[in-house]
Parts: sequence; C-alpha cells; structure tokens
Amino acid sequence: MVAPPAFSCRRAGSESSHSSSDSTTSIGTGYDLSNSIFSPDGRNFQVEYAVKAVENGGTSVGIRCKEGVVLAVEKVVASKLLKPGANKRIATIDRHMGVVYSGMIPDGRHFVERARGEARSWRDQYKTPIPSDQLASRMGGYLQVYTLYQSVRPFGITAIVGGFDSELEAPVDGEVGNGPSVGAGGKAQGKTYGGPKLYMLEPSGLYWGYFGAATGKGRQSAKAELEKLDLAGEGGENMTLEQAVKEAARIIYVAHDDSKDKEFELEMTWISASTGPTKGLHQEVPKALRDEAERLAKAALEGDDEDEAKDKMEE
Amino acid sequence: MDHRPQAWGRPRDDIYGAYDGTYLNHNGPKQATQSPVVTGTSVIGIKFKDGVVIAADNLASYGSLARFTDVKRLRVFLDTSIVGFGGDVSDMQFLDRHLNELAIEEAYETEPLATTAEDGAVSRPGVLNAANLHKYLQRLFYARRNKFDPLWNQVLVAGLDAASRPFLSSIDLRGTAFTSPSLATGFGAMLAQPILRTHAPTEEDAAKLTREQAVNAVKECMKVLYYRDARSLDRYSIAVVTKEGIELKEDEQLEKQSWAFAERIKGYGTQTV
Repeated sequence: MVAPPAFSCRRAGSESSHSSSDSTTSIGTGYDLSNSIFSPDGRNFQVEYAVKAVENGGTSVGIRCKEGVVLAVEKVVASKLLKPGANKRIATIDRHMGVVYSGMIPDGRHFVERARGEARSWRDQYKTPIPSDQLASRMGGYLQVYTLYQSVRPFGITAIVGGFDSELEAPVDGEVGNGPSVGAGGKAQGKTYGGPKLYMLEPSGLYWGYFGAATGKGRQSAKAELEKLDLAGEGGENMTLEQAVKEAARIIYVAHDDSKDKEFELEMTWISASTGPTKGLHQEVPKALRDEAERLAKAALEGDDEDEAKDKMEE
Repeated sequence: MDHRPQAWGRPRDDIYGAYDGTYLNHNGPKQATQSPVVTGTSVIGIKFKDGVVIAADNLASYGSLARFTDVKRLRVFLDTSIVGFGGDVSDMQFLDRHLNELAIEEAYETEPLATTAEDGAVSRPGVLNAANLHKYLQRLFYARRNKFDPLWNQVLVAGLDAASRPFLSSIDLRGTAFTSPSLATGFGAMLAQPILRTHAPTEEDAAKLTREQAVNAVKECMKVLYYRDARSLDRYSIAVVTKEGIELKEDEQLEKQSWAFAERIKGYGTQTV
C-alpha cells in the first residue's frame, strides 16, 4: 500500500483507535483526515463520514405521485421543554418548492438559505420561478464544491427537494399584458410541461430524481415501504395526493417503529398542481388531514403488531 | 470621406456635421423621473359589508395613444390583498416584482391556510394583511420621494385588516396615505368619487352595502369613466376581496353603454355648433 501523506502520519494512530469498529481496512491510514485527498483505493472518506452523520438524523421521506409531492419528516423531540409544533424542519425554498433533510440541522439551514438565494437569483434573471431540476442541479454543484477543499467539510445532510413546476403558461414576474393571443412560441403541440418533481441530494453532491425518496435513520424500512407502493408504475399513477400524505405518515411511523426509544413529531408538507388543494404552492398539510393520517398510521402499526402476535401464537 | 471602422454606419460628418454628444455629458444635477411615460388611468374601490370591490381598466397609454390594451393593473398580493395601480406602468412592474419577492419571503415563515370549520372562512394568522401592506407601501413611496426619485404611481390597497374588517386605502407618489369607505385615483377622483360617495358617504353606510350593490356601483363608475375620460378603455378588471378570498376577473367588458348623450355635447373638434 502507498504510504499515507506525511503530514497526517502522527495522528493516524490515534484516529484508528476509535474507528476500529469500522470493518474497512483503509480507515485510520490517514486518508480520512482531510477533504480533497483520495485514498489509494479511490474513496473520499470525509464524504463517507458525512453520510454517517446523515444516518443518525431523523427519517425524511418524499413521495411523488401524479397530483403532486409530499414531504414528511420524523422530527425527533430533543427536549420536553421545546414547544410542540415550533421549530419547523421542512423549509420553503420558493413558493412552489420545499426541502426536507436528515442529518446536521445547522448544515440543513445553510443549505436552505443557499437554495433560497438560488431561487431568488433565478427569478431576478429570468423573471420566472426556478424549475426543480435547475434548483437540484445548482444545489448539487454547491454540495460537490464542499468535497474539494481542505478548508471545508462536506455537508452532513441528505436533502429531499420537492417541487411542482407550473403546468400553466410560464408566469412572468411583473408581466403587464397577456402576451400574444395565438399562444407562446417554441412549444411543441400536445406536449405537457411542468409537473411534480422530487430530487434527493447527498453530501457528495450526487443527486437523482426519484419517485419516492427516503433518508435518515429509518431509511432502510422506509425505502422498503416506498418500493411496495409501486410509485414508478400504477401506484404513482393512481395515488391521490391525500393517499400519498397518508402513506408518508405511515412510512414515517414504520421507520420510527424500529427505534421506539425517542419521542417524535410528524411534520408534513405538500405541493399540488394549480388545480389541486395547494394551488401550486408548497404548504404544510392541514392539521385535520395530518391528524387523520397519523391516526391511520398508528392503527396500521397496531394492526401489524396484532398480526405478528397472532403469527407467534400459531407457531 | 471617413473610412475608419468607428465611423461605419454613422451619419457622415461632412453632410450632417459633427455628432453632438453633449447630451451624454452629465455635468448638471442628477435627474430622476420627471414625469411618467406609459401610464394607467383611474383605479376605483368601495367597501361593502363583507369586503371590498376594486376595479381598473386594462389600458396603458403612451401619452394620448392607447398603446397597450391588455394590461393587468390589479395585482394580487399573497391571496389576501389587491393592489390597484394608477400612473407609470414601469414603476408598477417594479413594484409588482418587489411585492412578489416580499410574498416569497413571507412564504418562508408563514403557517398554511387554516380553514375554520364553522364558516369556511380562511384565517391566516401572521400573514401580511392589507393594512400591513398599506403601511409598507406608504413607507416605500415616501422613502423614494425623499430620494427625489419617486415611484410615479397612485395605488389603492384593498383587502381586510387584522380584525378581518374591510380595508381600503390610497397611497400616492409622495407617500400621502389615507383610507376612506370609497376611493378613486387619477381622473376617477373627480368623476367616480362623487358617485361612490352617494352609495357610501360614511363607514356606517358602507357597512350596510351588499356585495351586489357595491359591484354595481363600481361598474356604473367604470362606465362613466369610459364616457368622460379620454385615456380609458371599455375592457376592465374587477376584483372582490372577502374573508373567503379574492375573486379577480381580468377581462370584463362594459355593458349597456349608451352614447345618446354625446349628440348633445357641443363645442369640440370639428363641430361648428
């Protein structure tokens, strides 16, 4: 193996002592002490550690269906002295777009601030709302830059961005008239524009578009549940936004079930088309619907427990 | 003849004389907008018992030329208020973009629409209401006036105040602001205001008006304005703001016009009396 860089030799030993639980042999060789240095087998350990930070955070889920997008998060209650319902975890980036993240909350706050800046500067330049793919691209680039330099560390968050790009004629900020009555140019006949969009961005800067996305502590079971919904096929076609809200709530409860130790609050937002309940805006799910979704989620969990108990009895 | 590239495409000095670039040299004081260019005319509004009606025609004039005939001069703010713009259209665009930015910043922090069970009314605690917007715009107009670079508009703000009572106010390019049961800007202040006052002279009278009465009064005034204001149009926008939200119609046509009175008007144009 190639010798580690000289500057980190002295500290390499002490590092290995507390990361010994990790089975990977390259850890503790000194290549994990800094960003922007690859290990000889082609890994950036700082980015991988950032992913670990994400894996400790409360579970976040995003569901995309035909009518819109739902974002949900398991907000772990750090203290009983915090006001219930305060300190929101899901943020609005632009009117038609929201973000939820798992991992280090201050990192997430900075991510949100930057995303809002990108959305604003897009509006300044183009006089129109930023499309979700452009926002994801810009933020992906921003995250990636934080893996390149010694002087910074990667973001300790994985973010799920949901948006509904307007299906209407693109509204122009400050427009005065209706434009040409024969319709805007440059549009293909019969092609639909806009629609619900969901992206997940990782600390490395990697981002993909998803039908359903999950991250945080309970991502394994959440992903398993999302896959069952068949969002890519009929599940996504047929699911209404309200059903998606109920599924999101249930998935958060399922994902939490494995770590029953801590109290949590369920926080959910949604974005519909201009014809839907939120009129194209990113908004919190109304309390009545959220309560209903939570009730169903709890009932579903209890149902599962009873089934399990029954199975055991039969055995 | 001058064949140097920098002279290409320019009027020939030997024929037209040297180019007079003195207007490009700003040696005098800085000059901001001295007068509006493309303008919208009157905006009118009146309160009724459950809300406010506001209207403006769809014309932007370039001097006396009816230049743009599909201009939306009523702008929705945060689904709570309507701002009706009279005066310079480019300043209206600036303000519209500015208010849009403000509305997005509001969306970062605010609670969702909360529908109360009993009356279906939408209550939005903490959302900027029309009274707040009025104050904000007043400070903005006044600050720009103090920079000697005014936003050349007179605007009406229609909506509800913090106690969900109807709210209607006017702000002009100097930051002068006031409220009244009925209001009109521009030519409407002369022609429509007296008619609106017969419908609602006081707040108490406005609180007795029905929605239908208020809408009819406004439509009547729009007709009078079209008859007598030479910078007006028969297509207009009208909005009704109530607790239930905003109903905005942006392409209305003046109905039941009668130009019979025009025959009796003497003393204009080519008439020889």
